[in-house]
Amino acid sequence: MNETVKTKSQQRHDTLQANLAEQYASKGCVVTQSLGEVTMVIPREHLTPIMTELRDDERFLFEELIDACGIDYAGYGESEWMTKQASETGFCRGVNRYTIDVSARGENDRFAVVYHLLSMANNQRLRVRTFVDATQPIVDSVVGIWRGADWFEREAFDLYGIMFSGHPDLRRILTDYGFVGHPFRKDFPLEGNVQMRYDAELGRVVYEPVTLDPRVLVPKVIREDNRFQAASLEEQDSTDA
Amino acid sequence: MPEIRNYTLNFGPQHPAAHGVLRLVLEMDGEVIERADPHIGLLHRATEKLAESKPYNQSIPYMDRLDYVSMMCSEHGYVMAVEKLLGVDVPLRAKYIRTMFDEITRILNHLMWLGTHALDVGAMTVFLYAFREREDLMDCYEAVSGARMHAAYYRVGGVYRDLPDVMPRYANNQFRSDADIARKNETRQGSLLDFIEDFTDRFPGNVDEYETLLTDNRIWKQRTVGIGVVTPERAKQLCFTGPMVRGSGLAWDLRKKQPYAAYDKVDFDIPVGVNGDCYDRYLVRVEEMRQSNRIIKQCIQWLRENEGPVIVEDHKVSPPARDDMKGDMESLIHHFKLFTEGYCPPAGEAYAAVEAPKGEFGCYVVSDGANKPFRLKIRAPGFAHLAAMDEMVNGHMLADVVAVIGTMDVVFGEIDR
Repeated sequence: MNETVKTKSQQRHDTLQANLAEQYASKGCVVTQSLGEVTMVIPREHLTPIMTELRDDERFLFEELIDACGIDYAGYGESEWMTKQASETGFCRGVNRYTIDVSARGENDRFAVVYHLLSMANNQRLRVRTFVDATQPIVDSVVGIWRGADWFEREAFDLYGIMFSGHPDLRRILTDYGFVGHPFRKDFPLEGNVQMRYDAELGRVVYEPVTLDPRVLVPKVIREDNRFQAASLEEQDSTDA
Repeated sequence: MPEIRNYTLNFGPQHPAAHGVLRLVLEMDGEVIERADPHIGLLHRATEKLAESKPYNQSIPYMDRLDYVSMMCSEHGYVMAVEKLLGVDVPLRAKYIRTMFDEITRILNHLMWLGTHALDVGAMTVFLYAFREREDLMDCYEAVSGARMHAAYYRVGGVYRDLPDVMPRYANNQFRSDADIARKNETRQGSLLDFIEDFTDRFPGNVDEYETLLTDNRIWKQRTVGIGVVTPERAKQLCFTGPMVRGSGLAWDLRKKQPYAAYDKVDFDIPVGVNGDCYDRYLVRVEEMRQSNRIIKQCIQWLRENEGPVIVEDHKVSPPARDDMKGDMESLIHHFKLFTEGYCPPAGEAYAAVEAPKGEFGCYVVSDGANKPFRLKIRAPGFAHLAAMDEMVNGHMLADVVAVIGTMDVVFGEIDR
């Protein structure tokens, strides 16, 4: 039974891919299928008209936006294994640099916004990606198409600094009031830039540069074991007495 | 006539009815809400960013801490996404165990929701009843993983270990009489499955108890009927999923429509509401508890009759058995490589979603071929639901805000991530 379900969904994906390619290939959209998921890359200037059609067209009917998120492609597939230094620095993100296909991405396209659409009527999903320019990360908002996109776009703005033109209320959402920077960008350090503490003298919370040392996830080498020292000292004390 | 000014009211972040750290800025005309602006992010821990710096395996415990009342469902979503990326097929027994624990989690979550929702709206007793049953289910979590809440039981390729043959028992202690302890241990004489079966036998009766307290209760109905009405069209526009969309009358359930784990092999129904108000969503969730009970029973039956592995044998993904490591060099190397470097899924991207108790919980994983995810996006159901706060409470009274927060079943672990 499972087999037939799988082949049926496979057929649905194929039809969807064919329909999308037929309709939008002329506008520069690229439709691919992998791992049982259909992905369409839309050039950013065509985003909102195509998205509106995806929602309303009888063949697609993607009435629900499941998710929208930003991605920072800086350094995608660039780091390699560096085993020699690993004992001092910990393991890096090891990848094989030359096997990754990033052809769909333009020269200056550092960011992307990824939308996951769901059609309840056709029981189908579609992933839509649109690349965003690094120097001017602006893309049209889809709040007018799906009201629920509001917070997802605010989140992408907050974490990646991608601007959505036409968004009614583009404020930060997850980070602190008055936060500086976009924390999910790849060049933003994991431990952050500022730390916060309550200063009793000033009577308020103060922000200062982070004082954390970078941590390495490699266990330290211990040669002198001090665990039993306390016990042996006690023993000595008792014999002395 | 004196001019009446609008009030701006700060609700939370430290308010018991805010279910965590929700700061709600309400603009009010007298006692009527004109605009609600939820401020979230007070529990933001950057789970997604943290996951980018760790091997895949090490992010599983973070998933427990997202939605901390439906722990294993969040794990399931993440693990499924990584499995999809790796192309790993999970053994059937692991699928049934996952299905059973997903449903146990659903009951856990709905009991928590029912208790707190009723408490917010003014019914004290339900909370005490609900937590009595939660305790038993927590014990199931503990028996199988060692932790009552943050289990980290699901692994890529299966589950951590098979179900235990012995259910842990209470030891005699100075705080309770021996007779009391013996009574508590009565149901714990057999295996974990015996204990869960005993629970499923008495649970429908317990749900009846909650229903006697609430379903026909005049005050409960006055507080929930016609409050926070969402039409099916608006539910789609607002990206609702789970009980929120079913309460509005759309029969959409991933367990039926896009089955995962062993959901295509068990028999259950999807309850659907009619009016899309708080009361209908209450009825939907209560019925879901009964259906979950049904699914658990079927899983117990299957798990009793069928043996098998609970995690894939491929030691590039799952660790070798402890015993093998002592004598077999190959196993030792696999173990070392797995826990230092982890595994490298092929470059690509995958989205996997589960029907968590609150709605669709999805994980979108982008891999560039490294042993750590390049990007992990967690699609939390509560995030989309809370975004609709303004629309749902507009024109309602202040007291109804509490009912609407309750009906959304918000948990800030997953909303703020």
